Amino acid sequence: MSKRRVVITGLGVVSPNGMNVSNFTTAIKNGTSGIRFIESLNKLNFSCQVAGYPIYNKEYLNNYFTDIELRGLNASGMEYGVIAGVDAWQHAGLSRNTSNTPLWDVGVIFGTGILGVDKFREAIYKVDDGKVRRLGSTTVTQTMASGISAFLGGMLGCGNIVTTNSSACSTGTEAILMAYNHITNNQAEIILAGSTSDSGPYVWGGFDAMRILPYKYNHSPTAASRPMSASASGFVPGSGAGALVIESLDSAQKRGATIYAEILGGHVNSGGQRNGGSMTAPNSEAVQRCIQKAIESAGIHADDIDAINGHLTATAMDPVEIYNWSTALGRKHEDFPYINSLKGMIGHCLAASGSIESVASVIQLKNDFVFGNSNCDDLHPKIASLINSERVPTKTINFSAKIMAKASFGFGDVNTCIIFKKY
Amino acid sequence: MTQNELLSKLKTIITPYVQNKEALENLTNETDFIKDLEINSANLVDVVLDVEDAFDIEIDNESMEEMLTVAASIKVIEEKLASK
Repeated sequence: MSKRRVVITGLGVVSPNGMNVSNFTTAIKNGTSGIRFIESLNKLNFSCQVAGYPIYNKEYLNNYFTDIELRGLNASGMEYGVIAGVDAWQHAGLSRNTSNTPLWDVGVIFGTGILGVDKFREAIYKVDDGKVRRLGSTTVTQTMASGISAFLGGMLGCGNIVTTNSSACSTGTEAILMAYNHITNNQAEIILAGSTSDSGPYVWGGFDAMRILPYKYNHSPTAASRPMSASASGFVPGSGAGALVIESLDSAQKRGATIYAEILGGHVNSGGQRNGGSMTAPNSEAVQRCIQKAIESAGIHADDIDAINGHLTATAMDPVEIYNWSTALGRKHEDFPYINSLKGMIGHCLAASGSIESVASVIQLKNDFVFGNSNCDDLHPKIASLINSERVPTKTINFSAKIMAKASFGFGDVNTCIIFKKY
Repeated sequence: MTQNELLSKLKTIITPYVQNKEALENLTNETDFIKDLEINSANLVDVVLDVEDAFDIEIDNESMEEMLTVAASIKVIEEKLASK
């Protein structure tokens, strides 16, 4: 039995280098960095004092939230997720449900790692001060992980699945795959899928403490994130949100929607923290298997893949990731697909990375280009021994990829790989 | 503070939470926050916190439960102001 076809009909993004799809497209094409020095991280004695975060005026939020929703709002991830989600909805030509009947075939799967950290901090101070009665009515809804899907589900009036997934840095890509599976299984027609990640020292501090962030670039922030380079020395923390409207082809055609790409399939798995895998490192066998199973699910061959948007965080693990792709695909040297990493421009947006990078993948497919890898003039020698350096473009190239693979890997030894096709 | 001043101050506080703006225009002593003004019941907590800040008073749980109409709220506020 053939699977129901599923397509992407809307995109939304809140990225350190672009607050909407149009600005973001220009930014990734031009290699615009969204990584900046942050004075507060300096004051707080962080080793890594650079990070990526979206920039906008507070007034901008009036386009998305009511006055009452803005009162006491102190959850950056909620802001990013709502902006990206509502933008994707409008980009898809959909409007908010103003009737009293929920849209039974429309849902939201919007992931996050942790939500409303700043609100939670505010609450902790009040509780410790004996003032629990002064917390107000929104402490719960701003700090529950599913606050973001709940907010979007209510704004749009969705009556199908409304949930938040969480699988560390694999979260965003996993959300898209969950939406895809739900629709192929005839459970829904449209799902707003995406993910968001708070910004700030309370989110990034734990990573700084693990000594896995670069600390030599505090005076040259845009050079700090160096995926696949010999001089990569850790990932730069980022934040933001990405959102995609995932829809059955039937539904999209029926309403004459613009189709930005098709999802052919994907796979999600875990390495079980065995055989080299751990809480923080991937089991390579599982990564390879995830890629191969995704290809199988998509009904294509490894040779059909024209380009890859990797996870590639700019740690010492990048050469291992390339080895895993090369082994999984059975392709090396000049036969390897083009590969890039968005993290060179915006850092690692953690739970939001998979959705922002998937938006970037779809933009590349739709607009016939492969963006250049920032800060990768000195390709890591272990990578150069596996694949040709021209497969890692450092400048944006015009290239009409038909099929693009996107993978994300997360703490807990969890993996997601998804296959996008030009429509 | 006169009753009128008190009422106008209360009106300012509740305005952002009101979903039925028409009922707000015709505010009377009998106006019910939830039934008439369609204030989300979860937001009643925020109304009370805003009242505490605006009048520099503290409203205990029992008094808070009474604050469902304009008249009842004004009564509670007056009592708390008097016992300051």
